Amino acid sequence: MNEILLVQNLTKHFAKKGIFSSSGTVVKAVDDVSFSLKKGEVLVLAGESGSGKSTTARLILRAIEPDSGRIVFDGIEIGNDNKSLEKIRMQCQMIHQDPYASINPRMKISDIIMEPLEIHKIGTKEERKKMVLDALHEVKLEPAEDVFNKFPHMLSGGQRQRVVLARALVLKPKLIIADEPVSMLDVSIRAEVLELMRELQQKHDISYIYITHDLSTARYLGQNISIMYLGKIVESGPIDEVLLHPRHPYTQALLDAISEPEPDNLLKEKKIRINEPLDIDVYQGCRFRARCPYAIEKCNEEPPLEQTGQDRLAACFVKLD
Amino acid sequence: MAFISVENLKTGYETEKGIVQAVDDVSFSLENGESIGIAGESACGKSTLGLSIMRIVPDVSITSGDITLEGKSILKMPKSEFAKNVRWKDVSMVFQGAMNSLDPVFTVEEQFVEVLKQHRYDGDYKQKISEIVNSVGLTQDVLKKYPHELSGGMKQRIVIAMALLLKPKFVIADEPTTALDVLVQAQIINLLKKMKKEGMSIMLITHDLAIISEVAEKIGIMYAGKMIEFGSAAEIYKNPKHPYTQALLKSIPRLRGDKVTNYIKGNPPSLMHPPQGCRFYDRCPQAMEKCKKDVPKFKTDSGYVSCWLYE
Repeated sequence: MNEILLVQNLTKHFAKKGIFSSSGTVVKAVDDVSFSLKKGEVLVLAGESGSGKSTTARLILRAIEPDSGRIVFDGIEIGNDNKSLEKIRMQCQMIHQDPYASINPRMKISDIIMEPLEIHKIGTKEERKKMVLDALHEVKLEPAEDVFNKFPHMLSGGQRQRVVLARALVLKPKLIIADEPVSMLDVSIRAEVLELMRELQQKHDISYIYITHDLSTARYLGQNISIMYLGKIVESGPIDEVLLHPRHPYTQALLDAISEPEPDNLLKEKKIRINEPLDIDVYQGCRFRARCPYAIEKCNEEPPLEQTGQDRLAACFVKLD
Repeated sequence: MAFISVENLKTGYETEKGIVQAVDDVSFSLENGESIGIAGESACGKSTLGLSIMRIVPDVSITSGDITLEGKSILKMPKSEFAKNVRWKDVSMVFQGAMNSLDPVFTVEEQFVEVLKQHRYDGDYKQKISEIVNSVGLTQDVLKKYPHELSGGMKQRIVIAMALLLKPKFVIADEPTTALDVLVQAQIINLLKKMKKEGMSIMLITHDLAIISEVAEKIGIMYAGKMIEFGSAAEIYKNPKHPYTQALLKSIPRLRGDKVTNYIKGNPPSLMHPPQGCRFYDRCPQAMEKCKKDVPKFKTDSGYVSCWLYE
């Protein structure tokens, strides 16, 4: 068995209700999303805010209940029984975006990292202490014995994010879901945290789902990528191919938007091949068509996610070359 | 005559444990129509530099140096005169974290009116406000809304519009794109480009050198309170001199080309008791014995660099 995670037709709709009105609108946060993840693979989920990336992550961990769809983790279907919940919540860990908000400022670093061990009742007190120190060495927070007794406010943003990583690692997970782990950090230390994540992946054969809107850091860590737009996967495939030859107009727009440090940028307008965002969510037909510069008549129907090449899928009738 | 020039500016914050010298002897100047990007890691003093130019740090914090705008010192004039004639009229600022710098209990329009009232604007308020809102690409209906009804990108545009309200010559933008989605980021960049075309000078403060390349002719790199390199964008991107600038450029993940990025090991020194000599000494791959002595500024083609390698 090669797959660590299989997600099939996952769907979650939220009802948006006004306080005073009984009728509400439905937000299709995740709509019929399927993907799979091999052991040791890094899959990037990319898209803007509101594209459903984080909801997908929360559904996998069952922090929220899916409306429909299957999640199979390491050969076991995740349901509401204690056994499968315990498995996924132990072997699949999450890293959140903001290291200033995701660790408790009143707890010592040692207690923060030890907490998951206590929850899952692993080891004796002495063993736990050793495991925490090992995790600190692993994320290169040295000297670990010193950091052990510190409080979060004594650490910098990059160091805090490594504490979060240590807390995830201490349970020896098979899958780590990292939700924008470096977007709050300085550019100069982003590469350091990403490098560390990659080292750990190779050493322990951990799989990652890396959630981001920043395609340039995505390329650094990922092997495969799925681009999400309004709850749907619109394009997926090997990362270098997707980023160098995008097939979906939305992927192209995301790529257009990225700045690279080139002095020539100064002289030209930034061209983004996208129409002004209409803030109405379109759920019929192609969801991107209101913003798509290539939209044709046929886009009123929903485009299926079809194979467009070796390992590549795109949901678009136009398909760029 | 330079358009704006900052000379040997020193700004420090007094704390219980001593003075934190956030801006330590920083100098740069811009010609008419030029914009500058200030780059550096967190806590290198780049925001304090912006706040010092706006004079919203306590007066006692600025211990030496001078700031002149079109030949006139704006640091030595009385604070009341500065508030009346310069702040918001000649120099304005887009603060970091736009999402939080709007008041949640007032509509957007009320907040615009407040700026105009404060500065005793004597034209038609309504017309002025609707003009400025159009110029940042928003529709009139945002004016009746409260901040929580708007998206992050819209709030950022409103904060920028507010800074533009009295047609300043110099706008300081502190991390205007951080925490926004890439597509919204690109729109904000285009907005800054448009402002430049209309004759405004921008000081863009950010840790992202990629974004600076979109708007700035000049770049100043700050490290631990010092401006360690200053020069034209072309020179800094093509031929960076200071080892810190080189490392900073190499740490940016690129979309095309080489996947391997490097990072700068270690942390910057404390600004409370900074070490003697070059502050980048412990992290510098090319450090030599001489670097323990204080570094003067050495002239380069378009600016200066503080590094003994270029003696």
